[in-house]
Amino acid sequence: MSANAIVQISYFAAAVLFIVGLKSMASPVTARRGIIWAGVGMVVATVATFLTPGMGNFALMIAAIAIGGGVAWWSGKIVKMTDMPQMVAIYNGMGGGAAAAIAAVEFVRHESHGELTTALAVLGALIGAVSFSGSCIAFAKLQGLMKKAYRLPGQNIWNIALAGATVVVGLSMILLSDKMTGVQILSFFILSLVLGVVITMPIGGADMPVVISLFNAFTGLAVGFEGYVLGNPALIIAGIVVGAAGTLLTQLMAKAMNRPITNIIFQPLSGEAQGGGAAVEGSMKEVGALDAAAMMRYGSKVIIVPGYGMAVAGAQHKVWEMAQLLEKAGVEVKFAIHPVAGRMPGHMNVLLAEAGVPYDKIFDLEEINAEFPLADVALVIGANDVVNPSARTDKSSPIYGMPILDADKAQNVIVIKRGKGAGYSGIENALFYAENCRLLYGSAQQVAGEVVGHIKAMGE
Amino acid sequence: MEGFTALYIFMLAAFTGYEVISRVPVILHTPLMSGSNFVHGVVLVGAMVALGRAETPLEQAIGFVAVLLGAANAAGGYVVTERMLAMFKSDKKKAGGHQ
Repeated sequence: MSANAIVQISYFAAAVLFIVGLKSMASPVTARRGIIWAGVGMVVATVATFLTPGMGNFALMIAAIAIGGGVAWWSGKIVKMTDMPQMVAIYNGMGGGAAAAIAAVEFVRHESHGELTTALAVLGALIGAVSFSGSCIAFAKLQGLMKKAYRLPGQNIWNIALAGATVVVGLSMILLSDKMTGVQILSFFILSLVLGVVITMPIGGADMPVVISLFNAFTGLAVGFEGYVLGNPALIIAGIVVGAAGTLLTQLMAKAMNRPITNIIFQPLSGEAQGGGAAVEGSMKEVGALDAAAMMRYGSKVIIVPGYGMAVAGAQHKVWEMAQLLEKAGVEVKFAIHPVAGRMPGHMNVLLAEAGVPYDKIFDLEEINAEFPLADVALVIGANDVVNPSARTDKSSPIYGMPILDADKAQNVIVIKRGKGAGYSGIENALFYAENCRLLYGSAQQVAGEVVGHIKAMGE
Repeated sequence: MEGFTALYIFMLAAFTGYEVISRVPVILHTPLMSGSNFVHGVVLVGAMVALGRAETPLEQAIGFVAVLLGAANAAGGYVVTERMLAMFKSDKKKAGGHQ
């Protein structure tokens, strides 16, 4: 068998493994197997590529794989679970950057490709470069390196003008094809990179998951297009499958937040756009850890609504310990998770899984909302906007229309909260002023510990 | 590759991606985003070909960066996805959780 045939067969096998792997990742039972299959596909494809006829620069290649792969492997191993989203963002950005760099190599080679191929190379380069610089900004924001959302005056005009300029330069490259100049190539990449930065800068932290997912889809498409340029079906299939899957995932997330993707890009919830909504009536009522413990211990059903605040405080282990104690005392305990709890949809599930909470105690918004009126206590820990009833009732609220967890409909609501401030998005929460709501101040970690102590003292 | 063959591949791959995701429970959205992030790490293969064919120092330099970034995408994507999925377990299989 010729070397080329081995390479082609390996690529085919890799493509099959990727699709089977992704499919398996869609169910909690088989998910673990899925990533391993996809991993095998990646190793097969990478090893086979060394056999491609007519290749050189192997020393450079191995060095680059060792450095890039090694650093990423190590950083992925040590990162905390709460910081996962920004790691996904940065790895995704690197994939986009790689796709853009492949296009750059093709451009500087000045080989004649034909217009279709050049057009796809340019398109892939544009999308890949935007994904790269945009993901870097997303990383910086989630990592806390960049606190504020920067918004230029007339932001949308800037976005459109920059995008327009990039497209014009890209078109001129397609027309000149193999006679394109270095200046064109350079200005094209600079414009694309700046475009990614300018698009991402004004987007607030709360919308970031959707943006990361969007860039993930972008990178997929960029990889698919560059796959066409290189005549490599493995890249085309993997890239386009991820592009389509990522687009759908982005839509699902945006829908869960009731924020159309166009709104996220063009009307970010940040700065002066925030803090809308009617003034809230009533007062906040405090409760102590002992009373809170008693309310839950002697109730029959408790629904816990965890938010990112709980994860940051590292309280999930204590909370799970508390849930187990309550269950021993005969109380039914369920966890209710909003689709955008945490920093990405499903992030909170991962954080709870890390603490040892089995996934069949964790319920989606649609599954659990009808149960809140039957619950004696809804315990809200470090969550805010996702339980804000204004989203149902107050048309002037920026989050109006977002599906929320109906924690306010429980008999009693206990909110564990660090201080009196507003949430991540800066919106006042009507729930905290409700008649059936009590606030338990303190860090989630310490408060959960106190509650655990009190429940233990009450005996079984 | 012929234009139309590629177009068919694009079309079928797009439907496949859509189908694969369309019935996913919310709890798996993050791992799945991470998993698909890993899958497009196959860009590493393309980057290797680009570097393998590079002749001038400029091409080599850009190709080197491409392989570096592609390898980071693949390796990092795998590790974080694997770590997340390793934590999923059901009540029936495990005994007692963490403690």
